[in-house]
Amino acid sequence: MKIVIVGGGKVGYALAEQLTREGHDIVVIDNNRKVLAQCTEQLDVIAVEGNGASLRTQREAQVGQSDLLIAATAGDEINLMCCIVAKKLGCARTIARVRNPDYTEQIRFLKNELGLSMAINPERNSAMEIYRMLRFPSFLKRDTFAKGRAQIVEVLLHPDFPYFGKPLSQIGELSRIGALICAVKRGDEVFIPDGRFALQPGDKIYATAPTLNQTGLVHLLGVEVGRIRSVMIVGGSRIAFYLAEQLLSAGIEVHIIERDPERCLALADTLPHAVIINADGSEQQVLRAEGIAESDAVVTLTNMDEENLIISMYAHHMGVPKVITKINRTEYIDVFRDRGIDSVVSPKLLTADGIVRYVRSMYNAEPEAMLALYRLADGMVEAMEFNATAHTHNLGRTLREITLKPNILIACIVREGEVIIPRGDDRLLEDDSVFVVAPAQRKIAELNDIFAPAEEHTV
Amino acid sequence: MNYRMIWFLTRWIMRLEAVFMIPALLISIYHGEHDAVRGLAITMTALVVCSLFFCRKLRRREFFAREGFVTVGLVWIVVSLFGALPFTLSGAIPSYIDAFFETVSGFTTTGASILTNVEAMPFGLLYWRSFTHFLGGMGVLVFVLAIIPLSDSSGGNSLYLLRAESTGPQVGKLVPRMRDTAMILYGIYCALTLLQIVLMLLGGMPVFDAVTTAFGTAGTGGFAIKNDSMASYSTYLQVVVGVFMMLFGVNFNVYFMLFFRSWRKALGSEELRAYLGVMGASIGMIALDLIVRRGLHFFNALHQAGFQVSSIMTTTGFATTDFNTWPVFSKFILMTVMILGACAGSTGGGIKIARLVILFKSARNNTMKMLRPRRVDRVRMDGQSLDEETISGTYTYLAVYAIIAIVSMLLISLDDMDVETTVSAVLATLNNIGPGFGVVGPAGNYHAYSDFSKIVLSLDMLLGRLELFPMLMMFVPSIWHRGRDRA
Repeated sequence: MKIVIVGGGKVGYALAEQLTREGHDIVVIDNNRKVLAQCTEQLDVIAVEGNGASLRTQREAQVGQSDLLIAATAGDEINLMCCIVAKKLGCARTIARVRNPDYTEQIRFLKNELGLSMAINPERNSAMEIYRMLRFPSFLKRDTFAKGRAQIVEVLLHPDFPYFGKPLSQIGELSRIGALICAVKRGDEVFIPDGRFALQPGDKIYATAPTLNQTGLVHLLGVEVGRIRSVMIVGGSRIAFYLAEQLLSAGIEVHIIERDPERCLALADTLPHAVIINADGSEQQVLRAEGIAESDAVVTLTNMDEENLIISMYAHHMGVPKVITKINRTEYIDVFRDRGIDSVVSPKLLTADGIVRYVRSMYNAEPEAMLALYRLADGMVEAMEFNATAHTHNLGRTLREITLKPNILIACIVREGEVIIPRGDDRLLEDDSVFVVAPAQRKIAELNDIFAPAEEHTV
Repeated sequence: MNYRMIWFLTRWIMRLEAVFMIPALLISIYHGEHDAVRGLAITMTALVVCSLFFCRKLRRREFFAREGFVTVGLVWIVVSLFGALPFTLSGAIPSYIDAFFETVSGFTTTGASILTNVEAMPFGLLYWRSFTHFLGGMGVLVFVLAIIPLSDSSGGNSLYLLRAESTGPQVGKLVPRMRDTAMILYGIYCALTLLQIVLMLLGGMPVFDAVTTAFGTAGTGGFAIKNDSMASYSTYLQVVVGVFMMLFGVNFNVYFMLFFRSWRKALGSEELRAYLGVMGASIGMIALDLIVRRGLHFFNALHQAGFQVSSIMTTTGFATTDFNTWPVFSKFILMTVMILGACAGSTGGGIKIARLVILFKSARNNTMKMLRPRRVDRVRMDGQSLDEETISGTYTYLAVYAIIAIVSMLLISLDDMDVETTVSAVLATLNNIGPGFGVVGPAGNYHAYSDFSKIVLSLDMLLGRLELFPMLMMFVPSIWHRGRDRA
């Protein structure tokens, strides 16, 4: 597919990187030559210099012949303008980044008027992501699928986890609660484990399980964290506003520490139930005085990655059960992994993920297509949800009879609302919802891609 | 530095070179040339065996400017070293230095030869010699970019390769994907070559002659398979070759735009107009000179001037007449277009018309600035303003070019040839033309030079083809520093 991205900044670059890897032809428009040079040197894309909202630039970038335009410049108005022009030129779909809360209410209205296919608000998305993390504090990350009936969770194993060194197939507890470990991240490597795989301290695991048996899973993995009742947010950014709004409506106590007095006033106006503190959140005195040690969770949302990292490390040091860090420069995340920075949110990656998901679904509009995509372990592994249709191979066979390509796992089957964590005797039937885990480089686009070539599975 | 990646690419190229020798081998077998068969077979085995060494796993596919330069420089040297083997092993060119000179001359599309009697060469080797032109014209690494999915995980890093191997001050992609870009370039290249072969076959040229001549034209190389170059072919064939030389000297972007029917953009290209303008003016002046001084017929003068200017300006080096005997004015014009060269992004050599246009405009701007010191102005080309880096890059290029030319002249002057020969030998190799004036003129060759001078001239050819910097980088010690990353 031909995709034009306006704005080669943080989000634009992340998008271009991901979408070229998925095999799309990318044109990047930006008015900064340095930015463009970086894009063309590091990525397999072509660059057009100019104002992305101008007709001339868009003509030069052949927006009219493209399938999708993504406007991700810093300005909401420019982004919307880009989409209007693109639509007029005949570009089938447009996505705009609109982040001003003043516009969010009108988005549906704007969408219809401008033929906008999707409006994306990175701050709001980040806030929602953080909110989900705080709702289930035991997990570093949690996503649900099959209409919420099953979940996939990311967990850093506790050093006291009793089953280290034991092959997975011999941990009876796992199958009793219906959980399946579908990927393990150890150091820089990712494994898709089979029954002989043994866990080690320091492993980060990704497990699927029915949503109903939440407590069993948490108990087994030894990651119990009590419900979160009070949250301290450092940095009163837009994300903080959206997050506080959500938390307050869920009855959670919110403290926001913000340096800028004017911003504090604005927050106090819009969030009457939150405790707003005007102070420098990077000062230890302030954090201690405001009771960082007593908070159930700390979320660092300042504009400086460095400050966020230091405050998060300090919070972790003080024994705060749940610490969430916002990071813009994700290249360095790995360096901080072992220092108490486990739950990381990157607005840029979240936005890119959201758009990539949309692009994939638009690319495969057939019924065999992927219903949902989750990227695990920094994008090294993908978890995908498919519907089994009449065209799916191997229908009616048991999983024991089916040979999959190496390193691919059927993690979960949902049949008529029932979640099945599959074993060898389970069968694949039509209309099943199948959840597949595979390394990202396999580029699975439809369900039939997971089966090994025909000559092998006759054996 | 990512040594494994460099070696990975080099291995690919070596295997490809072995594959490309297959047609030559078949031709030799067909003609029963046992020596040539032996030479080619040994070389192919050597290439395959060497490429099997050190197949260690690629840890990173990362690729930066440094690796790009080194890979391109290294690959061209390796390819030439191996490409020369069949000539020596078969005994066709007994001296390895001579064979190396001949092969470098082939890959760099120079067309300078040390052979005194081309017609005595085995057919298989003649084919290989001409095929090196075809391969070198568009670039060996561009070919690799077209066939192996490098960009899959290494992103656009491969742009560094394209940049180091393609010609001109600004190298960009035609379409978003590097692989598609490389394929389009090769597609245009092959289509034009095929068209030429067909037109020449229609003119009654034997198949072998047509194919080798087309290779020589396409790469703007200039190896002919006759001792008198193109002189013995019919006028029709000479015109076809003349026109196609001119076509291969045009920036390939123009053909890409024509393909998509952007007529105005394609034909309005400032470089194209300057190229055609310079060429037309040179032809006119030489034709006039020939008519007045040598009393040639109007059409004959136009034909001879046209072919020679097209051949020299695109840096091909075919000849239909011995222009060494022309008046000095005509020879001087030829010498000038020798240095100017063809368009950027073509298969030709020389300084490139695009650089000339940039230099000219920038010089004009700077001169105007003397009148109005506060004036701010940008250098524009095709309506787009150029950044300062491109302009200063062009000046740098010119300076380095001059230094290399003068040093090379000094070095080969040790052989004590006359000044005309010495100057034109360096210009003809550095600009990838082939024949110069005097001893190295179209009727002569480079046989008389010493081995030392042949090596110097071989380096000049490589420097010229790769536009100086990738080759120069090979001599910068710090680029080889291993550092801590033992990749």
